[in-house]
Amino acid sequence: MIDQILAARNSALARLASATGSDAVRALELEVLGKKGSLTDLKAGLGRLATIDEKKQAGRALNEATTEVAGALAARLGEFRRAERAVQLEVERLDLTEVVRKPGRGHAHPVTQAWQRLEDVFVGLGFQVAEGPEVETDWYNFEALNMPANHPARSMHDTFYVDHGAPGSTVLRTHTSPVQIRVMQTIPPPIYMVMPGRVFRNETTDATHLAVFHQIEGLVIDRGITLADLAGTIEAFTKAFFGDGFTSRLRPSYFPFTEPSAEFDIRTPKGDWLELGGCGMVHPNVLRAGGIDPEEFSGFAFGFGIDRMAKERHSINDVREMYTNDIRFLEQF
Amino acid sequence: MRIVHSMLKDLVAIDDDFDAIADIITNVGLAVEDIHHVGGTVAGVITAKVLRTERHADAAKVHRVFVDAGDGIERHVWCGAFNMQPGDVIPLATPGTVMPDGRAIEPKPILGISSDGMLCSARELDMGDDHSGILILPADTPLGVPYGEALGLEKEVVYDIDVLRNRPDAYGHLGVARDVAAKLGISVTPAPVLPPSQAPVRSATVELVDGDRCPRFTSIVLSGVKVGPSPDWIARRLTASGMRPINNVVDVSNYVMLETNQPNHAYDFDTLGGGGFRVRLAREGETMISLDDSERTLTADDLLICDATDRPIGIAAIMGGQNTEISDTTTAIALESAWFEPAAIMRTVVRMGLRTEASARFERGMDTHGIERSTARFVELLRLTCPDLVVHEGAVDARAPQLPVPPVLRVRSARVGALLGTPFTAQQIRTLIEPIGFVCTEVGDDLDVQVPTWRPDCSGEVDLIEEVARLHGYDLLGKTVPKSTQPGGLSGVQQRRRRLRDVLLGLGLTEAMPHPFLTAGELEKAGLPAESVRLVNPLVVGDDMLRTSLRPGLLKAIAFNESHRRSGVALFEIGHVYPPSNDVLPAEYEALGIVIAGADAPAAVAVWRELAAAMGWGARLDQSNVPAGLHPARSATLSLGKDSIGVVGEVHPDVADAFDVSERLAVLELNLSVLLANEPKPAAWKPTSRFPSSDLDLAFMLPDSVTAEKLDKAIRQSTGNLLVDLTLFDVYRGTGLPEGTRSVAYRLRLQSLERTLADDDVAAVRAKVEAATKKMGAVLRG
Repeated sequence: MIDQILAARNSALARLASATGSDAVRALELEVLGKKGSLTDLKAGLGRLATIDEKKQAGRALNEATTEVAGALAARLGEFRRAERAVQLEVERLDLTEVVRKPGRGHAHPVTQAWQRLEDVFVGLGFQVAEGPEVETDWYNFEALNMPANHPARSMHDTFYVDHGAPGSTVLRTHTSPVQIRVMQTIPPPIYMVMPGRVFRNETTDATHLAVFHQIEGLVIDRGITLADLAGTIEAFTKAFFGDGFTSRLRPSYFPFTEPSAEFDIRTPKGDWLELGGCGMVHPNVLRAGGIDPEEFSGFAFGFGIDRMAKERHSINDVREMYTNDIRFLEQF
Repeated sequence: MRIVHSMLKDLVAIDDDFDAIADIITNVGLAVEDIHHVGGTVAGVITAKVLRTERHADAAKVHRVFVDAGDGIERHVWCGAFNMQPGDVIPLATPGTVMPDGRAIEPKPILGISSDGMLCSARELDMGDDHSGILILPADTPLGVPYGEALGLEKEVVYDIDVLRNRPDAYGHLGVARDVAAKLGISVTPAPVLPPSQAPVRSATVELVDGDRCPRFTSIVLSGVKVGPSPDWIARRLTASGMRPINNVVDVSNYVMLETNQPNHAYDFDTLGGGGFRVRLAREGETMISLDDSERTLTADDLLICDATDRPIGIAAIMGGQNTEISDTTTAIALESAWFEPAAIMRTVVRMGLRTEASARFERGMDTHGIERSTARFVELLRLTCPDLVVHEGAVDARAPQLPVPPVLRVRSARVGALLGTPFTAQQIRTLIEPIGFVCTEVGDDLDVQVPTWRPDCSGEVDLIEEVARLHGYDLLGKTVPKSTQPGGLSGVQQRRRRLRDVLLGLGLTEAMPHPFLTAGELEKAGLPAESVRLVNPLVVGDDMLRTSLRPGLLKAIAFNESHRRSGVALFEIGHVYPPSNDVLPAEYEALGIVIAGADAPAAVAVWRELAAAMGWGARLDQSNVPAGLHPARSATLSLGKDSIGVVGEVHPDVADAFDVSERLAVLELNLSVLLANEPKPAAWKPTSRFPSSDLDLAFMLPDSVTAEKLDKAIRQSTGNLLVDLTLFDVYRGTGLPEGTRSVAYRLRLQSLERTLADDDVAAVRAKVEAATKKMGAVLRG
């Protein structure tokens, strides 16, 4: 019996030594240690041995042989697996710069991106965002903003008139300011609101002017709001939007809907001044048109162009480029 | 507005630090946009003598000029003008010179031979219009010196000022001078005094027929006039202001207007019919020939200056007539200065499309009492060339009761402080605004302020608060941030719109922004109804329809890209459309438009489903209701209740043809004003099972008349809560199937929350599905 065990062990080890791969090792394992394996079969023969001693000796020998063979099989299998995995990994080698182009993400319009960045900065400064119609009545676009009929300042706006209702009663809004009035009429103060949107001017387009473009306007109405609050808000915005090295200043100006009125300029870290937009304290007539008592509340408003923000950010040399809808342009952003 | 430094200096004692003066002017609110140096010398341009000229065999349009700039060194310049001879003295712009037009001179080589600068024409040096050749200087001009110095040219410095609508006074140098003087704490030069009038009485009579339109009209007769050229300095300053010198009388008239802001008109007194003026409204259709040789047809709303015989001699406030023009033989003039009602002048200007230096001033509102100073100045200046000038007795100052009287305004110190954020006492306010002519009376802590006649813009307290801020200096008012208790944030609609945009971008769609106006026929071309709201005054003729759909714009964008060899372009737009309505405003709403080139209807439906799932939207897809302009067999209306909220499918091939697009076009349009309005219910959690799932694949033979959606619904209803997922994975039409049917294959994933499903459970589901789908004509296959 012991001889048989040793023979089976030796045969198994010899065959293992000549095995060429993990599959051969697994097949050998089945032949030696499987249900009908050569060593497994011998286990059944133990019972037929005559003496306890013989059984003990043969049993021990069989255990030793089984353990030894199992260990050797496992070790060899491990070696083969590692080698075979190494081969497989190398076979799978790819050049990761060989990428066939597939349709990818879409691209948000650069003006939308500027619009959202501006909204986000103002939201961070405590503003909410309001919107209004692009086709407006003359009353909201002009009259309520302290520009009654024949007001000379109307000629500052090249207005598109819309053939709707009574002649001259309907316009494409020339600024986002009519939304100020709509906000005042619906929300009681305090009002901390920005109003982005599309606006229209009937003027010939060139590299820096469009007939259809976008503005963002701010309106604050509360008790005790001052011109200094306006200057401070513009300053806070300048730093939040452009960066810490930027500062701002107000210069006297004129708009019919604000008084005192100002232009605001920003100063780049290099020291250049750039004109950005207009602002001022909301004119008492405008507050009244919005249903607000100018003796109880005061406020300020400011506004500037969104398109220019996109143009400058991406160094686009002509604003008209942004509206070609050329995919070769849109995909750049 | 061009403000000439030397003219300003006549009115206020300033020094020649031009940048500092510009800063002062800017800081009081009259933004200096540019400083021009007119005339004088251009730095870097020196005199040089032509030594010889030489042609180059390979250069047809330029030749080589060798010059000496006084240092004995021969310099070589390429030149395109051939008018110089050896010995001529010419201006040489040396390398590094910046020419008046902004061009920098560089030693640019031609044919490999460099050029030591550029020879200049008169126009290039801003010395007039002559560009016919190089400017030849007098032969005795010294060499190597700035050419302007050599010619004794005097420079004028001009501030280009953006005059605001509320500062009509600042169209004159005097208005700017008042602000500058106040800022410097000095006074403007006192007004000249009209010399005593002399006998004999010579009057130009004035009859105000329509006095409400001309509440003040003055005339004065001057004789001893000798028409001739103006002194150089007047001509130079006029030129610097952008006006052309004509003769001493016209030049003084213009000069006085520029200086004092008061327009005036000098008529030849001897050609003035009846020796006087009559101011009346024109008769409808009346004509006259204005100074610019144009025949003007008038309306009954236009004001005329007529002579005493009622012959029109000028369009009031705008332009004089040809018939009383000053000529070389004029010896006596009638000088008119008046105040016209501004709004009416503006109407005439707009109607005639004729804006002049005078009308620009009158329509903004003039000083009602600026006439005295300007008349005295006129006489003072004309005397320089007409020493025998006589101011005749008999001057007329006709007035009507409509002449505005400036108000007295109450200014509350507390209000000034409350609006500006810095406290001001009545005394401080007074100190700031009195120097520019506001006369203050203290009333307790407040002030009663008499507005000067030249500031018609000031009609309320807040106007004066602005004056205080302006003269104090905006930069000294500090920067604070309001203490808001309001939380910032986007509204629900805005948040949902952002989410929608993110999903669209994730789906590979790129955002376009087509023009919101369409030209006639574009809606019809897109197969859409032609009704639209029109612009009254489009920028481009025909580009006048407000879009009622985003589709035409997107189709144009797709066509543009296809024509530039970019197929398969997938675009979306979120923007407003403006359908007509009978309401106060058009039925404007926000829409989403998507067009995907090279994709078919199912791609559009897939996008719709993705958006609906992401946004929590639901809508009924109704293929029986074919939207306008879309493929009749591959499109559907999306509805919520009775309202259509969009369309989905494929663009009609006729429409694609009309837009010159060769690809199939998947399309989706949604009304975002409706869809984004409501916050969708948050997704409710469904527990996931711990037990294994079983898949059941079922293929049905389905008549074409039954929609997949219907079958889908039947499967869901019959399987109940064991169905965790239902996927359509194959559709087949063709061989082996009866005509008018197709095979649709679904995978049902079944799972219980309580136990592992047995084969019997799956078989039971199969039986239920078979029974339920049979009723609609579906035959379970295999």
